[in-house]
Amino acid sequence: MTPDTRSRLARRSAAAGLCLMTILVAGPLAADPSGFLHPLGPIAEIQRTELVWATVAVMVAILPVLLGTPFIMWRYRRTNTKATYRPQWHFDTWLEVGMWGLPIVIVAFLGIWLAQATFRIDPYRTIDAKMAEELNIELAGPQVDMDVVGLDWKWLFLYPDQGVASMGEMVMPVGHPVAMRLTTDTVMQAFLVPRIGGQIYAMPRMATRLNLIADREGRTEAINTQYTGLGMSGQRAEVRAVSPGAYRSWISRAQEGPVLDDETYAIIAQSGSVADAREALGLDGTTPILFRLEATDIFDRVIDRYQNPEGVARDAQPGSPTYNLSSGVLPEADQ
Amino acid sequence: MNFPFGRLEWSDLKPVHLFTHEFSIDNLVGSGAAWMVVIGALAVAVLLTVMGRWGWLWREWLTSVDHKKIGIMYMVLGFVMFARGVAEGMAMRAHQTTALNGGVLSEEHWAELFSTHGTIMIFFVAMPFITGFMNYLIPLQIGARDMAFPVLNQISLGLTATGAALCMISLVVGKFQIGGWTAYPPFTGSTFDPGPGPDYWIWAIALSGFGSMFSGLNFSVTIYKMRAPGMTYMRMPVFVWTALCTSILLVFALPPLTVAAFMQALDRTLGFHFFTNDLGGNMMNYANLFWMFGHPEVYILVLPAYGIFSELTSTFAAKRLYGYTSLVLATMSISVISFCVWLHHFFTMGNSATINVAFGIATGIIAIPTGVKVYVWMATLWRGRIRMTTPMIYMTGFFMLFVIGGLSGMILANPAINWQVHNTQFIVAHFHNVLLPGLLFGVFAGIHIWFPKAFGFRLHETAGQVTAILWIVGFSLTFLPLYFVGLMGYPRRSSGFEDPALLPYMYLTLFGALLIGCALLGLIATLWISIRQRDKLAVPLGDPWDGRTLEWATPAPPPPWNFAVIPHIAERDAFAREKVDGKPFVQPPDYKDIHLPRNTSAGMIMFIATTAFGFGVTWWMWWLVILSVLVVVGWFFVTSFIEHDEVTIPAAEVRRHHNAWIEAISLATPVTRDHETDSRNRGLADTDMVVAS
Ligand code: HEM
Ligand SMILES: [Cu+2]
Ligand SMILES: [Cu+2]
Repeated sequence: MTPDTRSRLARRSAAAGLCLMTILVAGPLAADPSGFLHPLGPIAEIQRTELVWATVAVMVAILPVLLGTPFIMWRYRRTNTKATYRPQWHFDTWLEVGMWGLPIVIVAFLGIWLAQATFRIDPYRTIDAKMAEELNIELAGPQVDMDVVGLDWKWLFLYPDQGVASMGEMVMPVGHPVAMRLTTDTVMQAFLVPRIGGQIYAMPRMATRLNLIADREGRTEAINTQYTGLGMSGQRAEVRAVSPGAYRSWISRAQEGPVLDDETYAIIAQSGSVADAREALGLDGTTPILFRLEATDIFDRVIDRYQNPEGVARDAQPGSPTYNLSSGVLPEADQ
Repeated sequence: MNFPFGRLEWSDLKPVHLFTHEFSIDNLVGSGAAWMVVIGALAVAVLLTVMGRWGWLWREWLTSVDHKKIGIMYMVLGFVMFARGVAEGMAMRAHQTTALNGGVLSEEHWAELFSTHGTIMIFFVAMPFITGFMNYLIPLQIGARDMAFPVLNQISLGLTATGAALCMISLVVGKFQIGGWTAYPPFTGSTFDPGPGPDYWIWAIALSGFGSMFSGLNFSVTIYKMRAPGMTYMRMPVFVWTALCTSILLVFALPPLTVAAFMQALDRTLGFHFFTNDLGGNMMNYANLFWMFGHPEVYILVLPAYGIFSELTSTFAAKRLYGYTSLVLATMSISVISFCVWLHHFFTMGNSATINVAFGIATGIIAIPTGVKVYVWMATLWRGRIRMTTPMIYMTGFFMLFVIGGLSGMILANPAINWQVHNTQFIVAHFHNVLLPGLLFGVFAGIHIWFPKAFGFRLHETAGQVTAILWIVGFSLTFLPLYFVGLMGYPRRSSGFEDPALLPYMYLTLFGALLIGCALLGLIATLWISIRQRDKLAVPLGDPWDGRTLEWATPAPPPPWNFAVIPHIAERDAFAREKVDGKPFVQPPDYKDIHLPRNTSAGMIMFIATTAFGFGVTWWMWWLVILSVLVVVGWFFVTSFIEHDEVTIPAAEVRRHHNAWIEAISLATPVTRDHETDSRNRGLADTDMVVAS
């Protein structure tokens, strides 16, 4: 290779690399909106901002490396006898100060930012007037309390105050804070709603919390990011942030659905997708399932199931390959 | 079926599936892999028999306690497992690329693949690689003849091989677990997975974990106690420093993992309730124990690679290492802080904001010494005379790519962002980004540098360079796109996706994975070509790279006793100084008899007995379990009565060997760095350093 073709080759591959990078970076931003780079609410928005600033701050530390490495490799190549050569040089006080100082300063900045953001959008923090002010949003109405039960391989969303439940979709009113309690009735899962916020683990016998709010209408998904078996990749429910009016009509539609009683619950707790549950319940259609709730304490009884001092038999644990419907009925409330 | 086969059934034998199950790509991959293991093992056995090499293998390698041979065996083990791991990685990429409408593999195979791939890559590729390097280099670099506990060293290798063997057996008999390399209960508990899979994982991890912990003890004692006279701590080569820190980490970080694995075993086998859903079991304890090991583990893996990069920069820039003290301080502080950050692997477990913030900041702090290291290496290159050969190409790739891994690490350290990207492909991109450029590139560069020391001939330079570039490009295309896939919310370990926008990324990463496949072939080709041309590439005089540390002041390959006389060390990089002063290789006034430990079959006995033990527990063959325990205990009992004797190398033999080498040196002409990669380089260096000092 002559130096000429070599440099042409270098220029071309640099150009190709640049194009590739642009496509890659532009993808998540331009493609069909998914992910928190397209937020539907202030929490995901803060997460995106944090991502940008963390990247910028760290760039200060790594740009010298990204630019300096090719420069040094070229300038001090062995054949370049014009460059200075100092084989015994091995210490410089000011350089040391800079080497330690620069990362320390950057990490100090990052530490302060991450502390602020973590306290501000802590999943456990109730979204009240004070928090709304910090987030610079208006609360449109009272908080919606929700319970989420992770099943194999679908989410069950319970709206105890509204007396409804849903599987395969979750609807929340724009501007209303949503306060969730989460648990699972199988192995551990992780709940994430990318465009609105998250994520938090849901664990059997325990309740974790997640507070969310959307400030504009839109769709996203509630996904389980923790591997829980063969159907895990399908465990995604559509999440819609809608106007309060649309939310109310959704609730009344749900109130006309089948009742979620203990027997029904034992059936949907079997491993399988939402479609499998539909079939097991003898419902037709392919849409998500909406239930009417009579007992509002399902969530607590799911947690109670695992508090039994006698233990829980394998066939009474949803998700186990030997689970069976008659032993898997939830315990009575007063246990 | 019960005695003698426990719960093993005919249908558990996977090679049979090829004929009994309906034909599909999935079946072909699963059963085909099982066949590959069987045929591979048979082929090796036949080859050894035909060549009449069984005795040689046993005497020269399997029973040897020479740290150099043990180190090489670790590397061989690592490479065998690496070939499997890369094949699995490529199979997974092929599956995910086609996963918009299902994918070529079944859900179950996919899950088994990511679990075995992760487990193998961490425990039976990365760990053997770094342990192999430490084994080979520590005694040579500190001027010792062997490890402090040579037999224990062999037993460590045996236990590591046990873990690898159990993983390989799971490919043929039964199946591996499907809960990922972290094997989080309760998913891996007996309620949700009563099969043999989790048991394979548990015993592979627990038994090899003992091996790693013993290695840590062995290496640290060796470094504390066996340095040559005059080699104070601050005169040790940086690689030895990183090895010391890694050893300390091994000693303290492996026990939580071993304990966690044992607790899972108690849950599964004896019905305990440490991590079950009911009766007060709590899987959060597992997460804590696992990551108390897991985080230090990443530094266990990367610190020795840092050591290799440190040696490499100064040698291939023909320059003294800049900022030795800073590097030592940075290494030490990394190993301490690495025990204080484990919670960043589960910011999402419902911890209080204060705890999340504390661990987020601690994670930021550990990036400081890492940053310092990168700057120190750059300062070492600055005003050097850089030779852009294979190791330096890996180093450049490491520089440019590792800092991107650092960037994503700092992003993950922020709990607010972590809540979004945790458990997504962003994580997959991040850890491959630090493990491939960080660890693997270091290992490959290291192999290029020390292979001539171990075998007496260099690796072919052009082949090495092409391979290095393939690794760098292949890595970038395979893994950098996954950052963006993760930002779009695609979970890790997820077998399929529904968003067609992901397709371009998937094709790109598949293409990258194919390049990585080529890079792996490149490694094999390099070795092949080099062996063919070994006479042209021979460097018997031992110093092909104008090296700076003690191991270069020995012939290549070094004699079993390493040094004819133990050197006295007056300063750091003593060999480099002697070359500048023009009087390396001085003749000692007299020689003494050398005592070396005798071969032993301890390692092989441990290997066979513990593999039988793991297999027995997995399949409930209790007679085999009892038998193997009796063998282990009995062996230790009996051998404790046997005086452990030594072989003596007479002084005359040492003298003869040493004089032959010195004479060869006096007859040779030193070569300048201009001829480093051509056949004039026989391993006697005309040092560049003289030019300017
Ligand atoms: C050489 C080519 C490689 C390819 C093509 C590859 C590919 C993959 C893929 C596709 C996954 C699954 C990602 C997912 O969960 O969706 C994965 C996981 C993983 N890889 Fe690799 N990989 C490679 C090398 C390595 C190396 C060198 C290491 C470590 C030294 C490594 C360690 C891991 C680990 C720990 C996991 C996680 C497994 C789990 O989720 O439990 N990989 N890799
Ligand atoms: Cu918990
Ligand atoms: Cu970590």
